[in-house]
Amino acid sequence: MSDAKTGIPGNPAIPNDDDCADCTRRQFFAKLGVGSLIVAGAGSGLFAYEYFSPNVLFEAPPIVKAGKPDQFPPNSVTLDPQSGIYLVSSAKGYYALGAVCTHLGCLTAWKPELDLIACPCHGSRFNRDGIKVAGPAPQPLPWFKVWLADDGYLMVDRSSILKVQEFVKV
Amino acid sequence: MTIKTGFERIRNSALWRSIFRSGEGSSNLHRAQAVQQNLLLHLFSVKIRSRALEFKPTWFLGALTLSTFFILVVTGILLMFYYHPSVPQAYADMKDLQFVVASGVFLRNLHRWAAHAMVFLAFAHMFKVFYRGAYRPPRQFNWVIGVFLLLLTLLLSYTGYLLPWDQLSYWAVTVGSNIAKAVPLMGDKMRFLLLGGHEVNANALLRFYVLHCVILPLAAVALIGVHFWRIRKDGGLYVPEKKS
Repeated sequence: MSDAKTGIPGNPAIPNDDDCADCTRRQFFAKLGVGSLIVAGAGSGLFAYEYFSPNVLFEAPPIVKAGKPDQFPPNSVTLDPQSGIYLVSSAKGYYALGAVCTHLGCLTAWKPELDLIACPCHGSRFNRDGIKVAGPAPQPLPWFKVWLADDGYLMVDRSSILKVQEFVKV
Repeated sequence: MTIKTGFERIRNSALWRSIFRSGEGSSNLHRAQAVQQNLLLHLFSVKIRSRALEFKPTWFLGALTLSTFFILVVTGILLMFYYHPSVPQAYADMKDLQFVVASGVFLRNLHRWAAHAMVFLAFAHMFKVFYRGAYRPPRQFNWVIGVFLLLLTLLLSYTGYLLPWDQLSYWAVTVGSNIAKAVPLMGDKMRFLLLGGHEVNANALLRFYVLHCVILPLAAVALIGVHFWRIRKDGGLYVPEKKS
């Protein structure tokens, strides 16, 4: 039917001209119609995608004020459930771990009796360096950038994941 | 005036005749027209084999699934009168439905149990169709419609799960949306669009509410219509020939 030599459907006398170099008015408008439908469809898709992507989000900023260094006793792991970070005070210094499990996003909890971080959803466990010791988690808990601000507070940037371990000495 | 003549008078009234246009009489033609000329009934065939109405070929699983869907629509609309899909109010509204609203706990539990039953019945229906071979041509297209209806049923369950806004629903949707994130290449974007943000929050609650109460039910109604219409087009329910 759509073969170039056999003609358009319903009217074999008129050859089907894909490039429309010599096509009839009806063929031209049919192509114009299909073309506009494709453009309108793509435009609607883009419109929907843009509309459903919020431009302004009311989510917490990535940089959080964790607290003063003396709030964290030596050799302690402190969870802030609001920001989802552990502030760990170790012999080498302070560091911060993401408390959101790398498996499916549940908030983990520090279990002092086990000396482990445990996820309640699917049983992943991490040591206080964020290294996985058990469970389905595919990645260790991330280390976040920590620094001491001028006002004496420890600051954590949750958007800045460290590739090598860094400790903040106070 | 007996009950029978009373019914006859109603059936011959101008109002009745303007709604049900097949007219009086109980000939095969009249009966067929009564089905064919009714908007809802015309999805079905005017004649079916009586064996298709027996328990054995279907266990009535499809009809039972549809019944749970009707229960869910009715109880769901009633629950919507007391539920605000907003972070400060959603959980409190759910608790109010349980403890304050008259019959609220009954409607909420009915909605919940009907939802569980619908998932179970949809699976059971598909197993029944599969094991007796009713999915085979010419009914293969209706099987595919059924697969989409199963997906819609599961999506309705999943979106409804967030609406109580308690710990269970919050973490279930956190986990579920992170599973969606595992889709290659566009997973992150899919989760972002589904939740309307990077975390399960007010936007996610509103999106799940609109999906649960408007978009997914409308899609389900449309596909259910196609599903029943296909039964007629494929020659009625599949009833194997009796072994003689």
